[in-house]
Amino acid sequence: MRYRLISQMLLPLVGILAVIALWALVSSTLVPTLPSPLKTWQVSRLYLVQPWEKRGELDQGILRFTWYSLLRVAKGYTLALAVGIPIGLMLGLSKRFTQAFDPIIQILRPVSPLAWLPLGLVLFQKPEPAGTFTIAMCSMWPTVMNTALGVRSVPQDYINVAKVLQLSPSRTMLKILIPAALPYMFTGFRLSLGIAWLVIVAAEMLTGAPGVGGFLWQEYNALIYEHIILCIIAIGLVGFALDRLMGLVERRFKAA
Amino acid sequence: MGFTMPLVELHGVNKSYHSAGKTLRVLKDIELTIEEGEFVAIVGYSGSGKTTLMSLLAGLIRADSGTLALRGQPITAPGRDRGVVFQNYSLLPWLTVLENVRLAVDQVYPDWAKQKREEQSRFWIQKVNLTDAMDKRPAQLSGGMRQRVSVARALAMDPDLLLLDEPLGALDALTRAVLQDEFGRICQEAKKTVLLITNDVDEGILLADRIIPLSAGPAATLGPSIAVDIQRPRDRKGLNRDSNFARIRAEVFSYLRGSRPKRPLAPRHEALTEPLGLEAALEA
Repeated sequence: MRYRLISQMLLPLVGILAVIALWALVSSTLVPTLPSPLKTWQVSRLYLVQPWEKRGELDQGILRFTWYSLLRVAKGYTLALAVGIPIGLMLGLSKRFTQAFDPIIQILRPVSPLAWLPLGLVLFQKPEPAGTFTIAMCSMWPTVMNTALGVRSVPQDYINVAKVLQLSPSRTMLKILIPAALPYMFTGFRLSLGIAWLVIVAAEMLTGAPGVGGFLWQEYNALIYEHIILCIIAIGLVGFALDRLMGLVERRFKAA
Repeated sequence: MGFTMPLVELHGVNKSYHSAGKTLRVLKDIELTIEEGEFVAIVGYSGSGKTTLMSLLAGLIRADSGTLALRGQPITAPGRDRGVVFQNYSLLPWLTVLENVRLAVDQVYPDWAKQKREEQSRFWIQKVNLTDAMDKRPAQLSGGMRQRVSVARALAMDPDLLLLDEPLGALDALTRAVLQDEFGRICQEAKKTVLLITNDVDEGILLADRIIPLSAGPAATLGPSIAVDIQRPRDRKGLNRDSNFARIRAEVFSYLRGSRPKRPLAPRHEALTEPLGLEAALEA
């Protein structure tokens, strides 16, 4: 019991304090332009104690900005799953499809969000759909790859059951392949969500949309560096929370 | 016609596997007929091609040459006239016992009302004494219980032929004995034609009307059919003292031993029956 308290609460706290101490040290000695932890807190206080306040288009509480970003991520992520799952299923099921499309997927996969966004702007002429497009293009690959892997890993025993029971292709899909592949798919969903959240900052920076990433870039231009750190912390915390949440869902499915 | 057609007929069936440029001949000139209502056991060494034979009958793979027929119709694909119980646990882990059986019933009787399909599923689960486990998932069941669900699923399809592919092979010795008795009872009650494939000679004698040894591979072939003329119900304890039992056992073993490639000393791990899995029985 005591050991758990130390290992789960105290040690992480030690780590956090060590990083803050290093941050304070660097800001007071090496890089004077880097705001100190205390200064950051003082300047960010208003955004934290009134997290839902809307004072202007680009001057809003940190939670409100985060919420805008989450909505944007939700759109792109949904699109990523809607496109990624069928592609993954096809890759897992068909050797021909894999031979035809795997090379192009491997080429598109490592392309940075910074490269997709301008193309999105060219395609859609508006920043919002361009952002959704960018998030989807970048975040769907783990879902594609893991869905394909999941389908390929379905035990032959289950496929034999489907054959012996003469299940139709659609019933085999719904009753056997997808349930068997689901644990793998959820790993993909979790990784995809992580990437979607990574991409949001880049997308908002380039389009200037209100959100946690847009706010970060605007405050850099306005020379309020404290808010950059505030945004970084907010982005990190939300990403961490999202990953934990998906981890819980994933574990539930793996246990079932 | 004057005579009844056998339910199952196999003539000159050959099957080889090809991999990495090599050809492995698994089954050679298989001849087999099974009459309606018979319980036939095929016994052979592990790896001698028993499961290949079962997959051919189930329609999961095709023979290289020869003919396989059920009621005179060639077997080319899986069909609902054959119920299969696999050696490995083939229940779907995300479905409950009832849902696993329902999956088969829904498939075979799509025209039945929902309630009737549900009743049929429950009936067969009750037949294998698993009513209490109806809503459990396979992971919550012991290995023996899972195989009973597999049997319920196969029988609920009301197949003409029940194919049992080493259904008790993965179980420990104690559970295996209990399940053998239960399988004997269920198969008698269901009045099905059954083909049992096993590596346990005693299991074959206990359950079957006829026992056929499969020679050691490669190029395994079926030996002489030996009638098991021991009265039913057969009592496991009495069987050991039955002179017929000893004779049949000796016949099967002598064929199987003779079919082995000549070697100075047989390695121990090729024993016919599985080792006693007593540790597992104690844990369960």
